[in-house]
Amino acid sequence: MTNALLDVRNLKIGATAYPPGEPPQEIEIVHGVSFTLEKGKVLGLIGESGAGKSTIGLAALGYGRGGVEITGGEVWINGRDILKGGMRGLRALRGAEVTYVAQSAAAAFNPAKKLMEQVTEAAILHKKFSKAEAEARAVELFRKLGLPNPETFGDRYPHQVSGGQLQRAMTALALCPEPDLVVFDEPTTALDVTTQIDVLAAIKEAIHDTGVAALYITHDLAVVAQVADDIMVLRYGDKVEYGATDQIINAPQEEYTRELVTVRSIRHEEKAPTPDAVLKVDRVTARYAGTAFNVLKDISVELHPGQTLAVVGESGSGKSTLARAITGLLPPGEGSITFDGRRLSPTLSGRSREDLRELQMIYQMADVAMNPRQTVGTIIGRPLEFYFGMRGAEKRQRVKELLEEIEMSDGFIDRYPAELSGGQKQRVCIARALAAKPKLIICDEVTSALDPLVADGILRLLLNLQKREGVAYLFITHDLATVRAIADSIAVMYRGEVVRYGSKTEVLSPPFDDYTDLLLSSVPEMKLGWLEEVIAHRKMESAGN
Amino acid sequence: MGPALKLVVQRVALGLLLLLLVSALIFAGTNMLPGDVAQSILGQSATPEALANLRRDLGLNEPALTRYFNWLAGALQGDLGTALTNGQDIAQAISHRMKNTLFLAFWAAVIAVPLAIFLGLVAVRFRDRWPDKLISAATLASISVPEFLLGYLIMYFIAVKLRWFPSVAMINDSMSLGEKLSAIAMPVMVLTLVVLAHMMRMTRAAILNVMQSPYIETADLKGLNRFQVIFRHAFPNSIAPIVNVVMLNLAYLVVGVVVIEVVFTYPGMGQYLVDHVSKRDVPVVQACGLIFAAVYIGLNMLADIVSILTNPRLRHPK
Amino acid sequence: MSMRIPFAAAVGLSITAIYFIVALFAPLIAPYGMAEVVGDVWEPSSAAHWLGTDNIGRDLLTRLIYGGRTTIFIATAATVLSFTTGAILGFLAAVLGGWADQLMSRAIDLLMSIPTLIFALVVLSVMPVTVPMLILVMGLLDSTRVYRLARAVAVDINVMDYVEAAKLRGEGRVWIIFREILPNALSPLIAEMGMRFIFMVLFVSTLSFLGLGVQPPAADWGGIVKENKDGIVYGIPAALLPAVAIATLAISVNLVADWVLNRTTSLKGGRG
Repeated sequence: MTNALLDVRNLKIGATAYPPGEPPQEIEIVHGVSFTLEKGKVLGLIGESGAGKSTIGLAALGYGRGGVEITGGEVWINGRDILKGGMRGLRALRGAEVTYVAQSAAAAFNPAKKLMEQVTEAAILHKKFSKAEAEARAVELFRKLGLPNPETFGDRYPHQVSGGQLQRAMTALALCPEPDLVVFDEPTTALDVTTQIDVLAAIKEAIHDTGVAALYITHDLAVVAQVADDIMVLRYGDKVEYGATDQIINAPQEEYTRELVTVRSIRHEEKAPTPDAVLKVDRVTARYAGTAFNVLKDISVELHPGQTLAVVGESGSGKSTLARAITGLLPPGEGSITFDGRRLSPTLSGRSREDLRELQMIYQMADVAMNPRQTVGTIIGRPLEFYFGMRGAEKRQRVKELLEEIEMSDGFIDRYPAELSGGQKQRVCIARALAAKPKLIICDEVTSALDPLVADGILRLLLNLQKREGVAYLFITHDLATVRAIADSIAVMYRGEVVRYGSKTEVLSPPFDDYTDLLLSSVPEMKLGWLEEVIAHRKMESAGN
Repeated sequence: MGPALKLVVQRVALGLLLLLLVSALIFAGTNMLPGDVAQSILGQSATPEALANLRRDLGLNEPALTRYFNWLAGALQGDLGTALTNGQDIAQAISHRMKNTLFLAFWAAVIAVPLAIFLGLVAVRFRDRWPDKLISAATLASISVPEFLLGYLIMYFIAVKLRWFPSVAMINDSMSLGEKLSAIAMPVMVLTLVVLAHMMRMTRAAILNVMQSPYIETADLKGLNRFQVIFRHAFPNSIAPIVNVVMLNLAYLVVGVVVIEVVFTYPGMGQYLVDHVSKRDVPVVQACGLIFAAVYIGLNMLADIVSILTNPRLRHPK
Repeated sequence: MSMRIPFAAAVGLSITAIYFIVALFAPLIAPYGMAEVVGDVWEPSSAAHWLGTDNIGRDLLTRLIYGGRTTIFIATAATVLSFTTGAILGFLAAVLGGWADQLMSRAIDLLMSIPTLIFALVVLSVMPVTVPMLILVMGLLDSTRVYRLARAVAVDINVMDYVEAAKLRGEGRVWIIFREILPNALSPLIAEMGMRFIFMVLFVSTLSFLGLGVQPPAADWGGIVKENKDGIVYGIPAALLPAVAIATLAISVNLVADWVLNRTTSLKGGRG
């Protein structure tokens, strides 16, 4: 027996896999992981997708999601092994001693019930507090978490409040029964970066004030560095490294941890603007059919041949709409788009095959950007056939060359997309775009669905290809680290407008406008105490005003 | 006006428009015939003079549009015209039979709806275990046999072999409620079986869909027991889909009734319709078709209205 | 990927195949002529008449075999009609979008607001009841359902990025429908085809039972029930025999459809 609040010993978790066309198989997804957590401490669980971090987090509540089952080991909480108490024991534990904050609060709240009822339900059910006490406590938590009108906030329904507010309400829900342990499962991942920082600060303060212990699960090392005392790095269901946050961030022992710490450190020398422009967007305004609201307001940007323009903004900024306007999917209401010196028809149908060939696009979700019924060879080969009339052996040879360019072996030529990993899928999409020999490729959030290390690989590939082929990129992203890595010039978008535009150095150097300042300062940095610095700085500024 | 009320008004307006278009469709459908009504009444050997006279009497010389509006205006005032075959007033004949049909459908619904919801819940509770499998096997079996054959199977085993109930469901006004219920026991049984299968399967799917929502996981992780999870969290969100299922199947019942009435020679609308289709009595077919379609449209409209009214997003706008 | 057929699907497939073979070669297989009176009224089963005789002394097994031929032929033809019409219009609506889609979809809504059986009865009250007319009426009425499914599936696929990528590449409608959408829509449509076929069998049987389908002396399963239903009250189960035929065929087709559908969902993989 230790004095630890949570003591996980040799935890093994299994799941049933359903490979297509084969009988179901039992597989192990967590292979004997052990760790302890003391009262009032925060342990960060970090890893890429498939690391088993959420699964381990849920095991602290004795819960397996969708066919996942704890197959071995012990989970001791407050001196008893929760896996041995049966369902009755687990029910007494869940919502009383251990609570859970889900990634998507919007889905985790019952749409038919008021927030107050949901926040206080567990506390009342487990007889921790009377209804009046629980409600008073909830209001107190709402206030602490910085929610507007804490007294009446609970009278609302989930759909009546914003995403950031819901995520805080979920934290209140978890803290209301005064648990000993809270499992935070990627609580800020679905939020915009400027919202994330506030929610993160609120969560950190609430953890600190209530003295609760927490398991904080995330894929973002910079985020977890702000809240955790200790960090455990996981990969493929195994523990890679486990230590104090300071040690993991500043002196990682394992190669994999080092990679995670140094990821996103690609530095790309900014190229000087040239007099000619491959793409010129001039005073473009656009709205969706049947709406009165302009999603793009008077947008003017330029992109030079062989360079990268990063368009950065949060959700709703209009950055993806700009891509649709340039490709002709959403004809602009006003303004013009000039491509390689010729003015493009606003509609797709009005453009020549040559226009279409020279302007290619790569999507965020590579697995829905490829027809699941076509082989890699067909997917990459079609533009060759369509634009250059290549057939048979000639086409196949060129596909193999393209596979080589994206650093994949020609053995992939007859595979289907479902047989590829996330990174490989995105590479095939890049090859499909390259096959057309374009002058410009629009990259719409091409790395945001990928794990950081894989994303890095894709960015490096894109930079190499640019060097070799001289292709220009219009790079749409919400991620400033990606922007730093790849851009020559930057346009910052906010609510349909370009609020800042210029070369990378110009845009990223002070003096800043308010929004760019907020955006830049909200991006978590891989250093301890960053969150406090920013919050303190912001408080000072608002006091100064 | 709240958004929910606005949507309800819109939905009712749509229902009425649909009904108007359906009436036009039915009228047009019955006027596409190669010969005409006069010909089909008098037969192929009729003299041209007799045909011309009858055409004039029936108003067939008027343009189709005029006849349609005359028919529609009449129908709105409860005048459905007279039957070609026996000159009876259709509205009168129908009102009596409609009462019988509603009586039959009502009792089938009273038994089938609660039973289907209960069994649907059982199937969800014991998902993938034997009660669930038994229920899906029974469903598969019963949707694999047409309604009329199900009727004869039940008649053969229960009325003929076991002699529990009469094999013909005759009812009249002089019978007591008990006698009437005993008379319709078998058709009600068949209709219940027919509707039950679909309703059960759809209820199961609707509840399972709700049970897979993340907020059910939230409730599980609060330490609620199975009953509390279902009652407090799944049920409020299942009302709309279940009402939808019930309404859709009641609409289905309306059609099932037609065939079952024929099987048990029950004096309702269905049998009346089928009889007159074979006799090619167009005014009766038009009237019955319109009424069946109206009930069907009405039930579908009701289903939509319930789901509008139970949607929290519409009830509590931002 | 292995292509092992599960046991249930194999059983379903073989029974379905047997039914179709018997339907195809009915004149060679049936022991007597289709309308040949060969015995007394409602004879019990014997070595000469395995299933007994019907209400006017025809061999019931023979009637069932020929009945299956008629029923399966009509149901198959109506399913093919319903699928070609429904799927083509549904795909077209999804790909064209805009007012063409609106117009077609609202028209289909209107047709579907009348219960299919009632609609069929209304139409058959003025139309001559012949086999081609039955196929036409059943096929067209049912194509509304296929339209809805095909459109829904195609709309889902049409918003996929790979279709957008094809449009940006400049591909024409033919390529988009046949190379991008169709291969991905095929499996759910084939599974639905099984369900529609069963529905057609039940539908034509119902119409014949009501006297508005296949006309005597031609045999079909619904008609056999109608001809022999008066025997029921005397305890003669001749009218119930088609129930066995219809149920086994329906369940078999269902098993095959289930398998096709499951195979699709596990293949979906990439589309989540």
